Amino acid sequence: MNDDLYATIGVSRDASQEDIKRAYRKLAKELHPDLNPDKPDVAERFKKITAAYDILSDPEKRGRYDRGEIDASGQERPQYRYYRDFAEDPAAGRYYAREGFGDEEQLHDFLEGLFGRGGRGSRVRARGADVSYTLPISFLEAAKGAKKRVTMGDGRTIDLTIPPGVHDRQMLRLKGQGMPGFDGGPPGDAYVEVHIQPHPFFERKDHNVHLDLPITLTEAVLGGKVEVPTIDSPVTMTVPKGSNTGTVLRLRGRGIVDQRSGQRGDQYVRLQVVLPETPDPELEAFARRWAETHAYDPRADLRRPS
Amino acid sequence: MMTLSEVVTMVGRVDRVELTQWIEAGWVMPERPEPEEPRFSDLDIARVCLICDLRHDLAVEEETMPLVLSLLDQIYVLRRQVNALTAAIRQQPDDVRQAILDLLEQPRRRGGSLG
Repeated sequence: MNDDLYATIGVSRDASQEDIKRAYRKLAKELHPDLNPDKPDVAERFKKITAAYDILSDPEKRGRYDRGEIDASGQERPQYRYYRDFAEDPAAGRYYAREGFGDEEQLHDFLEGLFGRGGRGSRVRARGADVSYTLPISFLEAAKGAKKRVTMGDGRTIDLTIPPGVHDRQMLRLKGQGMPGFDGGPPGDAYVEVHIQPHPFFERKDHNVHLDLPITLTEAVLGGKVEVPTIDSPVTMTVPKGSNTGTVLRLRGRGIVDQRSGQRGDQYVRLQVVLPETPDPELEAFARRWAETHAYDPRADLRRPS
Repeated sequence: MMTLSEVVTMVGRVDRVELTQWIEAGWVMPERPEPEEPRFSDLDIARVCLICDLRHDLAVEEETMPLVLSLLDQIYVLRRQVNALTAAIRQQPDDVRQAILDLLEQPRRRGGSLG
């Protein structure tokens, strides 16, 4: 065995005693077999670094090693078996009694409890499993909040409160509505993920509601009061004279409540000028006459080079 | 079984005074058939070696030792229980083992749609 002891510990040949100690401690904490019962292969590495440390930590031995008077071999500590080799032995029970696990009877209790056979008033109480559900809800239920009666997987019916302003895919936690616990342990929780269904004319962006509102030609040209649906009841809104398709008006505070701040968003109303459903000769005659003296070019922007 | 002096000689990294303190602190629990000397099993000796490593090589402070030992003991208890469980599960029929595996791989159950 002619390994370089310095390389084994990961220090340079001119490292101070303090450096060697520090490097060894770091490795030993990582590789001590008793601290790593799951890794059988650390024992060999730990033995090597310990043997290296036994020489390098002693300035006299280190000097002799540096001068080539002793080599890396034959310096291993007296062989002993690690604690982990005994620790799962029933005899180790006396060390565990104070951890509340103690002897074989307690192990037996643990196993009995696990399978719900009671044992002797076993201390093993397990929490029930969590259960997750999905729940489709309407746009308005999400916006305004709702109470829903739902039937859980095990047949129980519960009244579920959907808070106003819930957002799509939000997870609602129903404490204690999961699987029952074992041996007096608490039940698990139910998690309900809400899936919001789209609305025929409302659209949601964060806490604001967007709506396209059709208006007549007359309302666009002359202005006037129109009725607008909101997530609550319809409100009356004034369309200004000369409004156009694409004009956006805002109804402040008619949006959806923000769960964090408690403030309501706004509703944005985008106007859409709509001609009568059937062609009207009178309107055609008027348009022809009007155009003769009122030419305008709404497509000027499209011809400008970008 | 070894006496205290034999353990001190064999381990070579702890003296009588210190080892006696460890026994008094409950870190090591050799058999003590009064009025005879304490007798150390292989298990106790391995534990003495571990405490030597922790106290001397890894520089774990004296006040911290009970915490470290307690955590280690808890880990070994849990391992013992897991091993017992594993052994029991291994003896089950294939479908039972598969059902257990399925549950472990899916910690939260799927409850389906409520609507």
